[in-house]
Amino acid sequence: MVVNMQDVYLAIPLSCLAGSAIAGLAGWKIGRMGAHTVAILGVGVAFALSLLVLRDVAIYGHDFNGSVYTWGVSGGIPMEVGFLIDPLSALMMVVVTFVSLMVHVYTIGYMSDDPGYQRFFSYISLFTFSMLMLVMANNFLQLFFGWEAVGLVSYLLIGFWYTRESAVTASIKAFLVNRVGDVGFLLGIAAIYRYFGTFDFGGVFAIAPQMSATTIQVLPGVQWSVITLICLLLFVGAMAKSAQVPLHVWLPDSMEGPTPISALIHAATMVTAGIFMVARASPLFELSDTALSVVLVIGSITALFMAFLGVVQNDIKRVIAYSTLSQLGYMTVALGVSAYSAAIFHLVTHAFFKALLFLAAGSVIMAMHHEQDLRKMGGLRRYMPWTLATAWVGSLALAGFPPFSGFFSKDAIIEAVGNSHIPGAGFAYFAVMTGVFVTSLYTFRMLFLAFYGEPRMDPHTRKHLKESPAVVVVPLVLLAIPAAVAGWFGLKPLLFGKFFGTSIEVLPQHDVIGEMARQFAGSGPFIAHGLQSAPFLLAVLGFATAWFAYIRYPHVPGVVKEKIGLLYTILVHKYGFDEFYQTVFVSGAQSAGRMLWRIGDVKIIDGLMVNGTARVIRWASVVVRRIQSGYIYHYAFAMIIGLFLLMTFFLHR
Amino acid sequence: MYSAHALSVAIWLPIIGGIAVLMTGGDSNAHWARRLSLLFSLAAFAATVPLYYGFDPHTASMQFVENHAWIPAFHIDYHIGIDGISLPLVLLTSFTTVIVVVAGWEVIQTRVAQYMAAFLVMEGLMIGVFSSMDAILFYVFWEAMLIPMFVIIGIWGGPNRVYATVKFFLYTLLGSVLMLVALLYLYFKGGSSFDIQSFYSIKLNMTEQVLIFFAFLLAFAVKVPMWPVHTWLPDAHVEAPTGGSVVLAAIMLKMGAYGFLRFTLPILPDASHALAGLMVALSLIAIVYISLVALVQEDMKKLIAYSSIAHMGFVTLGFFIFNAQGMEGGLVEMISHGFVSGALFLCVGVLYDRMHTRQIRDYGGVAARMPVFASLMMLFVMANVGLPGTSGFVGEFLVILGSFQVNGWYAALAATILITGAAYTLWLYKRVIFGNIVSNHVAALRDINVREFSFLALLAVAVLVMGLWPRPFLEVMHVSVNHLLVEASASKL
Repeated sequence: MVVNMQDVYLAIPLSCLAGSAIAGLAGWKIGRMGAHTVAILGVGVAFALSLLVLRDVAIYGHDFNGSVYTWGVSGGIPMEVGFLIDPLSALMMVVVTFVSLMVHVYTIGYMSDDPGYQRFFSYISLFTFSMLMLVMANNFLQLFFGWEAVGLVSYLLIGFWYTRESAVTASIKAFLVNRVGDVGFLLGIAAIYRYFGTFDFGGVFAIAPQMSATTIQVLPGVQWSVITLICLLLFVGAMAKSAQVPLHVWLPDSMEGPTPISALIHAATMVTAGIFMVARASPLFELSDTALSVVLVIGSITALFMAFLGVVQNDIKRVIAYSTLSQLGYMTVALGVSAYSAAIFHLVTHAFFKALLFLAAGSVIMAMHHEQDLRKMGGLRRYMPWTLATAWVGSLALAGFPPFSGFFSKDAIIEAVGNSHIPGAGFAYFAVMTGVFVTSLYTFRMLFLAFYGEPRMDPHTRKHLKESPAVVVVPLVLLAIPAAVAGWFGLKPLLFGKFFGTSIEVLPQHDVIGEMARQFAGSGPFIAHGLQSAPFLLAVLGFATAWFAYIRYPHVPGVVKEKIGLLYTILVHKYGFDEFYQTVFVSGAQSAGRMLWRIGDVKIIDGLMVNGTARVIRWASVVVRRIQSGYIYHYAFAMIIGLFLLMTFFLHR
Repeated sequence: MYSAHALSVAIWLPIIGGIAVLMTGGDSNAHWARRLSLLFSLAAFAATVPLYYGFDPHTASMQFVENHAWIPAFHIDYHIGIDGISLPLVLLTSFTTVIVVVAGWEVIQTRVAQYMAAFLVMEGLMIGVFSSMDAILFYVFWEAMLIPMFVIIGIWGGPNRVYATVKFFLYTLLGSVLMLVALLYLYFKGGSSFDIQSFYSIKLNMTEQVLIFFAFLLAFAVKVPMWPVHTWLPDAHVEAPTGGSVVLAAIMLKMGAYGFLRFTLPILPDASHALAGLMVALSLIAIVYISLVALVQEDMKKLIAYSSIAHMGFVTLGFFIFNAQGMEGGLVEMISHGFVSGALFLCVGVLYDRMHTRQIRDYGGVAARMPVFASLMMLFVMANVGLPGTSGFVGEFLVILGSFQVNGWYAALAATILITGAAYTLWLYKRVIFGNIVSNHVAALRDINVREFSFLALLAVAVLVMGLWPRPFLEVMHVSVNHLLVEASASKL
């Protein structure tokens, strides 16, 4: 039997959509069991087919680029929904569906007593559909569709518990900050349309080299390269979605949503869409050193400064959230030095170990009766052996200890930055190096505070502490496996092999990975080399510091906090971004609106131009007496009809 | 195949229906009035469907043309026809009327026959506006249509209806008079014909063009409404009954925009180009300024009214950048806005019928009591926000594409609605639907009934179909739009 691969491609997102639709629309009828069965079935099918596609692409080299249907045509240019199946998208499809499947299963346990059970399954399946449409897109327009759809589901899920003020506020914040990015993205698409006359990746990338000399006047007397402008606009979109400073503020607050979606959407998949987009658009970014430098610097700032914040957070989910910000910064740094494959490699390993960490945190939160404060945990290792073991795997991977997956991808990024010569690379190298120490510190701080030391929870909670059920533990274990080994096995093909082929383009003068490839002798020697280098020592130092401060001498953090008072205040206030945005943009827009309304509309336009509202009202009172009599109403109709009839009959000659 | 009088049927069937409904008399026969109205509105909608299927999208010339001498002494003809620009508006009108009749079913308890009749008559008159090829016929429909609207607001309106009606009346009167003068000038200048298409070939110098441009502008800008002649709209919406608001937002606003396409651009190409900067500026002010004003509204209807003005800014922006994306985007935005703002006003109506307040602060926690309603309203909210997959995205996207071709900054300013539009719409939704139940009144709310579900679901389908597959909507427009763009760039000097 010959399977038509195009049907397979189509079946992958549609099976998730079907699961979502059934769970959402018929959820009240088929019940909880029915809802999670169809949703898991849908995603399971998508995962199995995605594996098939990955095999087809990686082993047989079967790429595909074609349209599914024409969404619309305007000005003679078709706007299409279509798929591009190549190594990059096939890899993303497998990662997305795998993590999604794990989260689906986990949700059975985590949301078991939530009244919105069916709705939740419907949303996460819808998310998986949207994310698949995003990564499978063969043009910028569909990429934007998927981009907005995942944003919608993210909004719906952050505000899932809609009676909570904080959750709903966080959901709007996430939507609006992402919209700021969308403005950039959309203008970038409009610019692509203007200069390239197409939305198709293939078409755009083919013409791009010829466009590198074209300029546009952005302000009188200021000419910019069109490619730079487009890249920067697209990157604004990526900054919002992938939570880069200064558009990062929504991600920590998104932790208001249920933990499974923090793992799936706000760690493993959606937030990496920006990274994916830049990697996908590598043929454009390669043509603009300016854009690459901006990407690099923004990424470095995020990688380092968001890591600092992870150290002072006490909410277990927020520690991981700041860690996610910092790790996304690492990926962005990799993009900035043209190490796109390293960025995607880190995206993949991060998806595994960060989803794992979030789900482990969720397991802890369940055991703690929805307490998320690390200060009230401690000593959990005695009660939750599986969660403990998997959390160790996740932590070691995040901190970059060999041979866990994070080590390979992070080391590759650091080395790539060291090899780069584009402006900003020096600062970036400092940032990612320092970041290694900080990452290790906050990771083990979290691990030690939660699982080690004396139990600090109230006696009631303590009495009920127990390991989570199998539907929770099994996904943890299944995620722990790739979190441990994906680096070892992925390093050679993803980074130094030919896996990505033509889906990622790097100019020779930017080829930092190529330089590393020449010295590459296998994963084993890579570890041996890593063990002697600075990043590993920094990670060990971070571990030691955490052990010293949170296990050996637990009074030390308090003393340090006192000593660095001002610095601590700055960190606790997250550098003041939220306060600044609240004052300038939120309150500012409201004041502006109120002023324009009260003064512009009411005083000036109505007051002066409509020439005295009072006079109008006086005028009105005369008219009203007639209207209210009711008779004028009949006259009115007589008038319309009469107008036609009279004019027709009496004036007709 | 299709009747030679298909268009006349579309115009007169609802008007005759309106008269028939009126004849059912007082409220003792209200149930007959309702049923008859539904029957006529469905029949009138059915009468417009052949216009779509019989429409040839490959020609820019007028179709379903009927031409009879009406007042030969002044060369005034009963001359009607539609092209790819008016067809979608005609369909939108007949579709909306069905919705409005169903929406008024239980809500209106006094003078039912008159209420229903007013909407049916208005439907015919509005279709007349969109299909007139004779300037005086156009003017008669244009003016006559106002009467039922005044009546609807004046009789079934809110406590401050008189102020609103008079403000509305003053604004429109001013504009209409100047438009009539302009039409008469064109009549004498062009050799005694009121045929709109004959106006297209009249030679006009720049002074004439500019003067006529402003005469038309006032008439059309008030209807759209464009900043700064927009202040009648929020008042009219607040006072109008739900059905009135729906027709006002969904169709009546579109007439002004339609006027630009039928009169201003082809008759005054040079003035239109010369003054395009002004029109773009007014449109962008509407988008930016009005969105900020919408942000601070405390009355749900006012908020949606301001949102309408901002979205209509996209329409006028799209028309005055002179490319196919802009113009088609503007047209699509008109249709989409018809669905979306109509749906949002209906949502407010659903809440108002239960709570008798439109103040946002009186609400909160509605989702817990009305989950089906909350889900449907979420869809319309997202469409208003312009999310891809809903109709709201298509028009905004095309206009942004089109305006970037002309000037990136136009596009950038227009695109701010992505942020502000989301801010005011989601914030409204949050305060009304989410949160804890704020009062016993909210706690006592009951979810929508079958009748309410039916019209909201119908609109939901429209919003989704147009969002997921706008191609058929765009395809009927292409040739007419391209033809108009050629007309609008052929200098008359």
